[in-house]
Amino acid sequence: MNAEFIINGKSKILSFEPDERLLITLRNHGYTEVKNGCLEGVCGACVILLNDKPVNSCQVLTASAAGETITTVQGIGTLHAPHIIQEAFVKVGAVQCGFCTPGMILVAYALLKENPDPSEEEIKLTLDGNLCRCTGYVKIIEAIQLAGKQLRHRQHKG
Amino acid sequence: MKNFSRIGKGEKKIDGLPLATGSLKFTDDFVVKDSLYLALLYSPHAHAEILDIDDTEARKSPGVVEIFHYKNVKPILHTTAGQGFPEPSPYDTVLFDKKVRFVGDKVAMVAAKTKKEAEEALKKIKVDYKILEPLFDPENAMAPDAPKIHSLDCYATIPVTYDPNKNLAAEVDIAFGDLEKGIAEADIVVDEIYHTHYASHCAIEPHSVKTFFDEMGRLVIISSTQVPFHVRRIVSRVCDFPLAKIRVIKPRVGGGFGAKQEVMLEQLAAWATITLKQPATLILSREEVFRSSRTRHPVRTHLKMGVKNSGDITFLEMDTLLNTGAYGTHALTVLSNCGAKVLPLLNKIENLHFLGRSVYTTLPVGGAYRGYGATQGYFALNQHLDILSRKVEIDFIDFVKKHHIREGETSKIFEVLGEGKEGVKQVVKSCKLDECMDWCASAIGWQEKRGKHITHGDKIRGVGAAVAMQGSGIPLIDMGAASMKINEDGSFNLDVGATDIGTGSDTILAQIAGEVLGVRSDKIIVLSSDTDRTPFDVGAYASSTTYISGGAVKKCAEKIREQIFDVAITMKKWDRKNLVLADESVKNKKTGEGVPLSDIAIFALYTQEQFQIQASASHTSPESPPPFLATFVELDVDTRTGKVDLIQAATAVDCGQAINPILVEGQVEGAVVNGLSYALVENFVFSSQGNLINGHFKDYKLFTSVDIPQIKTHIVKSYEETGPFGAKSVAEIGINTPAPAIANAIYDAVGVRLYTLPFTPDKVYTALKRLKTYDY
Repeated sequence: MNAEFIINGKSKILSFEPDERLLITLRNHGYTEVKNGCLEGVCGACVILLNDKPVNSCQVLTASAAGETITTVQGIGTLHAPHIIQEAFVKVGAVQCGFCTPGMILVAYALLKENPDPSEEEIKLTLDGNLCRCTGYVKIIEAIQLAGKQLRHRQHKG
Repeated sequence: MKNFSRIGKGEKKIDGLPLATGSLKFTDDFVVKDSLYLALLYSPHAHAEILDIDDTEARKSPGVVEIFHYKNVKPILHTTAGQGFPEPSPYDTVLFDKKVRFVGDKVAMVAAKTKKEAEEALKKIKVDYKILEPLFDPENAMAPDAPKIHSLDCYATIPVTYDPNKNLAAEVDIAFGDLEKGIAEADIVVDEIYHTHYASHCAIEPHSVKTFFDEMGRLVIISSTQVPFHVRRIVSRVCDFPLAKIRVIKPRVGGGFGAKQEVMLEQLAAWATITLKQPATLILSREEVFRSSRTRHPVRTHLKMGVKNSGDITFLEMDTLLNTGAYGTHALTVLSNCGAKVLPLLNKIENLHFLGRSVYTTLPVGGAYRGYGATQGYFALNQHLDILSRKVEIDFIDFVKKHHIREGETSKIFEVLGEGKEGVKQVVKSCKLDECMDWCASAIGWQEKRGKHITHGDKIRGVGAAVAMQGSGIPLIDMGAASMKINEDGSFNLDVGATDIGTGSDTILAQIAGEVLGVRSDKIIVLSSDTDRTPFDVGAYASSTTYISGGAVKKCAEKIREQIFDVAITMKKWDRKNLVLADESVKNKKTGEGVPLSDIAIFALYTQEQFQIQASASHTSPESPPPFLATFVELDVDTRTGKVDLIQAATAVDCGQAINPILVEGQVEGAVVNGLSYALVENFVFSSQGNLINGHFKDYKLFTSVDIPQIKTHIVKSYEETGPFGAKSVAEIGINTPAPAIANAIYDAVGVRLYTLPFTPDKVYTALKRLKTYDY
């Protein structure tokens, strides 16, 4: 099957099997920043934004997402033009092995867009669907708090 | 403390942004054209003989290229433990055997054009099993009528006790002093049995490998491994393929924690590529990781200690039974560390006996797991210290302070018990355990809360503590090497065999080189690890990288420094004794003049007496300085449900000089949270037939962000004179303390002593019910 998607702001035609999951389709087409950690919809490493909402892409049938807008972690910032959240993760040490990081960052991005000043409890609840074995979550929470502060500061400055 | 320019700074991880933006590649992110996909068939039985395999139908399945099993693969005995040479784990494994020894043991492998086709073909392989009696209870493993798990062909490659006829995978027996005398002198003897359980490492990236032949006909292995050089050596042997024709590349690795020390998949993928002359991809599913890969060895510790009323310990007797599962990977060395990394902490004990046995069962296979035996040993020891200190009415902190090893002191254990052989004598040169405990006590409010049973509703509050030490590499065994060269702009290439698996070792090794050479980390280009391009290193295990590999980098950079000085002297006729490196220049302390490193590089490369400023260095250590750590937890026990609610966990560590405090905190926090999760929620649930029934993230609970209590972490000031810029290790130690600290806090809250992990609500509730009244 073929269908068109808007991926990271660009229109793309992807080919896929009728029963294929979006995670697999994206990885097959080079979007390897979307990680495969369990294929059970639990670990959150494969999170993407589907029409701006974070979803586990391993639980989405590609065919069902045809025509929709998909954002991967490269869609919010790249090595040469990183997003504040990505920089905050690096600054406070929230990136260890980095395998869960793209999913974590996308969840954080969606949260901060909706609520620029979340409480620690709200951050924890938001990250509940993303497993990390390296950091113990402490610095990830700290990174999101820092990014929120910086984003608020930037908005304030206009 | 010394004045450093790069050391002790929380520099950003050099691969941090490339990871956060998703541009760096993990094994499965590499596109290997025309790769075959491999899928494995696993045993549904805990113990069975394979009478026959019929792959006729499977071979006709679409896309199938080959099917491998005992009939067409050469059986070469080996161990998958991924250790140095000679390997301390017994040779008891072949690629495909005629016998299966646990539910999840591999039976056959399909190579097909797509993953789906490979998985479809698996269903068509017919295996005729003769079911054998399983062995699930390690306590019965050595009984004369117990089923024999391994044949007598299996062997140990080093002179150690190994007896497959008794299901004995390893044995350690050391004693000193006079136990009878110690027992006689004791006013109080405490004798308890503790059990630690199975657990999965849960690295979020599953085990992954890709193999192919390059343009020169050499076998390339891209692998999610902690031990690239051991992979090369082991694959060469198991596949009977020349080592010179193998190149192992370690890309970014999505966590290891010991799981990826195991060399399990590389030889399978290599076998397929060598046989079929086609690329091969083998990526485990999460369920396969749980069911067929490696685990934390479950351990039963029978601990007996005596004290005088004064609080002096008169003897210690530890009898350790380790369940190694179906294969003996790390059976000897984890067993040794149950004593070797634990008992030296109490170095004043004069009468001691440590007896350890590792036995085969028909259950999942143990392996290296962060903590490596120390976790299991400290679970028992810290509870015992809590019990003993309460009996003699001395506060836990004071009791530990009275007995723990101190600077300038040694322990007989260091000398008599090593990893797979005798140990190495050493004197502890840095130990700030008192400071660790004092910081935690203050952070958690120990004095105000200990023994107070603060009650609100059904919940009763308690605080508990635990302490630990570990090592820094394996003395006189681990070796790391580094090589460096200068470039025209005064930057340096640093090539290391040290294997960054997400720990940040590339970053701290750059900081070490930068400290010697007076340059920022962005001037150090780190490559790790590629067996063709980087020098040897044993890999990321045994808490060795900072201390051993860091030592190699420091030596290497010092050689580079001298060559830079040589050039500066040729250029400026300066006196060597006046020269220092700082701010990317050679500086003359006497005249205040400087020459930029870029000028030095250009002079050496293009101008006069031309040569490449380059060096390599290796490092081993005759000792393994232990880091020290304390964790104090505060929790509520819900007496109505048995649920344990963590309030806070405070941990302080003496890891010598922290090369990068942010990364050190990250190591400690990650290990502590893993330890808390292990203590309270992680658990392998088996059917009566030995089938792991919760081998998915859906059913195997591990801590998420909502489960963590307030986490406080502190690095105490310390300096280890034998380490690179004062550093010791930090990666493993933090996982040893959470479980016993929680056990001790539960006792402090409700007077219930839990000897068996994990502390699930049903277990706590049952223990509470057994108490007629709370007996404080």
